[in-house]
Amino acid sequence: MSAIDTGPNGASAQNLLLLLLKARTFIALIVVFVFFAAAAPNFLTTANMIIMAKHVALNAFLAIGMTFVIITGGIDLSVGSIVGLCGMVAGYLLLNGVDLGYAWTIQFNTFEIGLITILVGVLVGVVNGVLITRLNVAPFIATLGTLYVARGLALLSSSGSTFPNLSGNAEWGSDTFRWIGAGSILGIPVSIWMLILVACGAAYVARNTPLGRHIYAVGGNERGASLSGVKVKRVKMYVYMFSGFCAALVGLIIASQLQAAHPATGETFELNAIAAAVLGGTSMSGGRGRIFGTIVGAFVIGILSDGLVMMGVSTFWQTVIKGLVIIAAVVVDQAQSRFEARVVLRQQAAMR
Amino acid sequence: MTDHPIGLSIRDGVKVYPGTRALKSVDFDVRMGAVNVLVGENGAGKSTLMKVIAGVEGLTEGRIEMEGQAVSFSTKIDAERAGIGIVFQELNLFPDLSITENIFIGRERTHLGHIDRAEQRRIAQELMARLEQDIDVDQPLGNLRIGQQQIVEIAKALNEKARILILDEPTSALSQTEVDVLFRVVGELRRQGVGIVYISHRLEELIRIGDYITVLRDGEITGAQPMQGVDIPWIVHAMIGDASKDFPPRADTIGEEVFRAEAVTLPREAGGLAVDHVSLSVKAGEIVGIYGLMGAGRSEFLECVLGLHPHAGGEMWLDGVPIGPPDVSKRIDRGVALIPEDRKRDGLVQIMAIRENMTLSSLRRFTRGVHLSLKREAETVRDFVARLGIKIASSEHPVSSLSGGNQQKVVISKALMTSPRILLMDEPSRGIDIGAKAEVFRTMRSLAEEGLAILFVTSDLEEVTGLSDRIIVMARGKITGKFDGTTARMADIVEAAQVKKDVAA
Repeated sequence: MSAIDTGPNGASAQNLLLLLLKARTFIALIVVFVFFAAAAPNFLTTANMIIMAKHVALNAFLAIGMTFVIITGGIDLSVGSIVGLCGMVAGYLLLNGVDLGYAWTIQFNTFEIGLITILVGVLVGVVNGVLITRLNVAPFIATLGTLYVARGLALLSSSGSTFPNLSGNAEWGSDTFRWIGAGSILGIPVSIWMLILVACGAAYVARNTPLGRHIYAVGGNERGASLSGVKVKRVKMYVYMFSGFCAALVGLIIASQLQAAHPATGETFELNAIAAAVLGGTSMSGGRGRIFGTIVGAFVIGILSDGLVMMGVSTFWQTVIKGLVIIAAVVVDQAQSRFEARVVLRQQAAMR
Repeated sequence: MTDHPIGLSIRDGVKVYPGTRALKSVDFDVRMGAVNVLVGENGAGKSTLMKVIAGVEGLTEGRIEMEGQAVSFSTKIDAERAGIGIVFQELNLFPDLSITENIFIGRERTHLGHIDRAEQRRIAQELMARLEQDIDVDQPLGNLRIGQQQIVEIAKALNEKARILILDEPTSALSQTEVDVLFRVVGELRRQGVGIVYISHRLEELIRIGDYITVLRDGEITGAQPMQGVDIPWIVHAMIGDASKDFPPRADTIGEEVFRAEAVTLPREAGGLAVDHVSLSVKAGEIVGIYGLMGAGRSEFLECVLGLHPHAGGEMWLDGVPIGPPDVSKRIDRGVALIPEDRKRDGLVQIMAIRENMTLSSLRRFTRGVHLSLKREAETVRDFVARLGIKIASSEHPVSSLSGGNQQKVVISKALMTSPRILLMDEPSRGIDIGAKAEVFRTMRSLAEEGLAILFVTSDLEEVTGLSDRIIVMARGKITGKFDGTTARMADIVEAAQVKKDVAA
């Protein structure tokens, strides 16, 4: 930053403080990591690293989708239920195929199952988007509604029971279903590769495409954006569809990892996703947030909960600690915005 | 005329905002038992002066005296305690609460800790009767027309039994009968010894009701005297002065017709037409100014051109081709660009960087496929910053850190980046200081010389006469006058913009 000096020491101290505040989630990540590396045995082993990364990835997918939604000034409470519903869709297709009647049944291979499951997730996103942009339902209420509907459908699909033994069938080409959750390429699990792909894609969209810029503009000033020619409704549709897409991926991965689909899977996942986004610096009032920040936020939450488990801290205390970390993150975020605004104003004043 | 004692006076009042001096050593007296009229153009400092008296804003320098004693109001409540009531131009009401609840908001009548509904209701009914309004005081305020809501706001001020009552453009939304009622109430208050400060743009109204007149121009008092002998030319002269602002000379660059509108209409929510069969055309290189009072339908017309209102009627052509369906982004692609009146609300995304605001309408320019080239974007931003002389430390700072004039230049850059054929500007000089105004005007003129058609809206007489090649005057949604920019007389323009008495809402 090419600062106009307010005195050499004052300015550099100020810039250092600003830098520290900006990098706070990253610093928190390092602190959490170092702490558990020292305090929890076996924390630093490769096996543990991979297990933790797999845990984090599930939340990170949802958090990436959530970040875009929150940047537009909305919220998506339905992602946890979409995870459950999509897991059930995958499980049902794998076990039963689609019965056309007259003793005809279509069976699917892994690729087709993945595609249909993702379509279902995106479709729930479309429903959210239509409710919000066409019928003017507040995002909180619209997605609360789809939260219940999707969860109910998941329960209806199996009358509440689990689809077990999702190992697939070589005859139909669905025996590779396991690979999504359990396979690995170059020693790194497939789900991590998928996360890297989705995260890089999302970061690229946010930074280097007109759509990304429009997402920020809609959240920053919806009326101003629409007067500037931004198609506000279309932008909102996209973010809810993308959020549904991310949730569908998580549903697939969990069903594959467990080789079973349970209709209650994904309950309260939406809250973890919101927490990761907020921890990563996404502003709930819209217009501000970054994909990289969200990923770091997801890692802080994931490492915190896994590390606490390894140290044998009670789950009750884990919940309390997670809550405190989130509150602390938002308090620091407010302080940073105020401080940053002051620094910028001072530089601007020095121009005149 | 009986003697009117001075109830409140400001001496050497100075108010500085970041970037502008809104009041420059102002002396102002409020005489009791009289209507003290305050007049001036937009941005002259009227509202600032009233906010100072009502305790909403503090003076940077200078003092306020009441009956010889220096007083200082740090909040609106302090001022209320001293007997000062204010009716703001913008309504501060709650549409879902009842009329009674609105009148008593913040000062509920209580009896043993709970609200005394019966008493509140009785007083509210009395106030409504006094204002000659036959309205059920239990219904939610949102049911009322805007004019009636303004009456409720006035009732609220009356209920406070203020000794000094400030009315900031109280009649802008009232029908003629409601205005007559208001004037009777004002007359009654005056006889009771209340000092009234009355702000309005409607000059005939001021002459009819005022006892004393004070004229503000650019934060200075340019005329203060009893109302006897004051006429419209005197007021206009005091408002505008002899010295012209720095307007660039007109150039002879007018070319082909670029834009034409025929019989454009826009229905108002409450019935009637906000834009009533407006037809006009703009040529390349021409600056056309639309003058009118607030609520004349000028901004609404510009919004129709931009395609913001799907219900608008009439036809429009751009370069001889019909302009197409009302869709903002399509119209922008066709070559329409709007610089909105309210920069903060409509023009800018405050938390985004200067660069991001400038390119928001024209991202396609820097995009191949889906890829947005940040490098080419930054280059173009740098060009425009230099071309328009925007003073910034870095184009990555949030746009909210800029002064009004520089923010306006960012909005203009955003519009220009879409390579428009016609530029619509709604009050382009609002909220920016004199030096920056002159720069904005020069920019407008040089854009016109490059062949752009410019249609701008203003409430500033000097601006409309100094800048326009042609002047169109609007009142109540209709075009009420057309003038040539070089020969138009200000008094004629003001005359055309007045709302005629027989046209009630």
